[in-house]
Amino acid sequence: MLRHLAERLLSLGLSLFAASLVVFAVIELVPGDPAAFMLGMGATPEAIAALRRELGLEGTPLTRYLSWAGGMLTGDFGISYTYRVPVSQLVLDRLQVSLPLAAYALLLSTVIALPVGMLAAVRRGSATDMAVMGTTQLGIAVPNFWFAILLVLVFSIKLRWVGAGGFPGWEVGLWRGIGALTLPAVALALPQASILARVMRSAVLETLSQDYMRTARAKGLSRRQAVFRHGFRNALIPVLTILGLQFSFLLAGAIIIENVFFLPGLGRLVFQGITQRDLVVVGSVVMLLVFAVIVVNFLVDIAYALADPRLRRPA
Amino acid sequence: MSLLAIDALTLAIRGTPLLRGVSLALQPGQTLGLVGESGSGKSLTALAAMGLLPEGATTTGSITFDGRDLLRTPEPQLCRLRGRRIGMIFQEPMTALNPVQPIGDQVAETLRIHTSAPRADAHRIAAEKLARVGLPTDRIPPSRFPHELSGGQRQRVCIAMAVALRPALLIADEPTTALDVTTQMQILRLLKSLVAEEGMALMLITHDLAVVSGLADRVAVMSEGRVVEENATEPLFRAMCHPYTRQLFAASDHRPARTSLPLGAPLLQVDGATRDYALPRTHLFRRRPSFRAVSDVSLTLHQGESVGLVGESGCGKSTLTRAILGLEPLQQGRIHLDGQPVGPGMPPTLRAKVQVVFQDPYGSFNPRHRIARAVAEPFHLLPAPPRGAARRAAVAEALEAVGLTAADMDKYPHEFSGGQRQRLAIARALIIRPALIVLDEAVSALDVSVRARILDLLADLQTRFGLTYLFISHDLAVVRAITDRVLVMQSGRIVEEGPTDRVFDHPSHPYTRALVAATPRIPAHWVPAAPCPNAGVGQQG
Repeated sequence: MLRHLAERLLSLGLSLFAASLVVFAVIELVPGDPAAFMLGMGATPEAIAALRRELGLEGTPLTRYLSWAGGMLTGDFGISYTYRVPVSQLVLDRLQVSLPLAAYALLLSTVIALPVGMLAAVRRGSATDMAVMGTTQLGIAVPNFWFAILLVLVFSIKLRWVGAGGFPGWEVGLWRGIGALTLPAVALALPQASILARVMRSAVLETLSQDYMRTARAKGLSRRQAVFRHGFRNALIPVLTILGLQFSFLLAGAIIIENVFFLPGLGRLVFQGITQRDLVVVGSVVMLLVFAVIVVNFLVDIAYALADPRLRRPA
Repeated sequence: MSLLAIDALTLAIRGTPLLRGVSLALQPGQTLGLVGESGSGKSLTALAAMGLLPEGATTTGSITFDGRDLLRTPEPQLCRLRGRRIGMIFQEPMTALNPVQPIGDQVAETLRIHTSAPRADAHRIAAEKLARVGLPTDRIPPSRFPHELSGGQRQRVCIAMAVALRPALLIADEPTTALDVTTQMQILRLLKSLVAEEGMALMLITHDLAVVSGLADRVAVMSEGRVVEENATEPLFRAMCHPYTRQLFAASDHRPARTSLPLGAPLLQVDGATRDYALPRTHLFRRRPSFRAVSDVSLTLHQGESVGLVGESGCGKSTLTRAILGLEPLQQGRIHLDGQPVGPGMPPTLRAKVQVVFQDPYGSFNPRHRIARAVAEPFHLLPAPPRGAARRAAVAEALEAVGLTAADMDKYPHEFSGGQRQRLAIARALIIRPALIVLDEAVSALDVSVRARILDLLADLQTRFGLTYLFISHDLAVVRAITDRVLVMQSGRIVEEGPTDRVFDHPSHPYTRALVAATPRIPAHWVPAAPCPNAGVGQQG
């Protein structure tokens, strides 16, 4: 197990290094001079040169890569061209929204999807199963921004339970913060839960037909006991893969939902960075997302080994 | 009073009758062998006694156990019987255990769901039971996971699970069919001693007459959902009143009429073949360790010869087979076919000289290809394959050669039975007229009567087309029936070789002796001599 952990950690480090090279290279290749862009049409060459120096755009690609990567490692992400504040500050602010939102959505989706998927599998072919299959089909097909607007219409405008958008910040209280994130999290969770429920259903169905389920029944377990004690954990293995992919998506892929609810999240930050050619912001956030994805994959790998002893190599 | 009494049991699934009036009785402490071919209803009879029938099954008749009719017992009470009063083990030990739970937990579960034993006690008893079935804690701790055990060890875990609460009845459904002969012998011995010590009754389901002859007090022969003959074991074997029993007996020992062909030139030459597999890295900066699957193997096959290769699972025979087919590189040594070097890069024209028939007649056909396409597949090895009518004519000829008809070529694989599919696989191997056909456990998955007919076909084809066979099997009886010469393989090496009859009658290597000794056999003096004393006794339906 320890060896497995060490191997995964090594692979994590190597992936990060490779990703940083790619991100840096892409930013280098983007045409146009950020300094000239920032100073506008009438800028003098001297002013542009001065800004270039200030932004760290001078020097060989190697030295620039080293200072960029080194900065990342020490938490210094550079200064945003457009906001004129440290990128780390910007990212930290946005993470306070994006991270809880992603976790919230993932929690909702898991809590809904796993029992529903299991129920559908155990009652395969029944009305429950058909209802689950129909609903999840709808959940995948409906665009989540449209669903988000629907949620706003019902819960904010008709029922006035929560605000229609914006984020008051965590300073005003945990519950108000969570309240503001609830509708976006539901909107994000719906398609994810639909996918996850279907994966769970087919994974449980797969385990139901396994020989060890028959063995469990021959021991005297009831059908329900057999499913819970022997089916659930075996079914989790494919589900974990999907969960990992979904968390990565939720962290960065919430741009549309963030826009519908006016949330200051990471997705919007990247979007603004791209339209304003703020390469420092774009590079840092992309790198951060890559980091998040790799770490999530690492955690999924660990979870695999916990769930499936066959993946724990003998020491 | 009988422990288990099955009376006029019929069973249908969605209207298809599968059991047609089965009556059986089993006394406490007795061992009953239930023998029959696939589809005879022997497993369904056992599942009915467990109350574990597939959905949609409808039954009539009765199954009385412990004084109550199991067919009319509600599910919660059946759950209390299963595992406590009736234990069951199944054929496939590799998949019968939950892969994510330690074996000790799985055995303890039987105790914990039926008794109020505290967790620690259940685990202690589980460890004792595992030790009793030959998995002592110091060698195979209960914390092991199923994937860390061999097939035989896993079957022992299943047995421990089934007998943990000393049930009155143990049902064993083909418990050794998936195991090697030596492992089979050990498992059968274990079952025998458990029955003797615990006073359990055993219902042993098998297709192998020889297995029941050594273990059962009584034998019931099943065919097409009926018990056709039932008697005490020795009288049953001596009399064999029912024609089906005689047929089964003849088929299980069938030897096709073969004419040994005159030996031609050497066709396949293997010189010092060695194949290593790299194992997972144990240390980041050291060389990956390796496992030697085939070690310095040399053999020669002459044109027209039929050679057997026997050995237990993991002995390297499959690896050697793949190397001979040119699918695997060798680390040392050479293989020549017809004088040309064999290896992963060999030209298609050389590949056309060797074809293979695998064990699984279900898995070896693409279910979406018609037979014409599947059987004609090896033609792509030829530089100028026949097209159109010539191609169909060639497929028709190959199908007719294996006893099928030209009309079969427009069907799909699922329309054929297991035996017919194995014929199709032989037709596919035959179609480009190879010099050598490798038969990798080619009859192991078949019922004895189907197997007998396929062996006849193979013998006939060899004479007609002057074929050379390399026949790989763990089943000594089959190898004896179809080969002139045999090679015995153990741990990657050939330990003995010679004419088949001589090797099996007078084995010289200890390993060959062990293999021969472990093969279950019907006592020679039981062979039916006298005519049936009272035709019709014990027959039903």
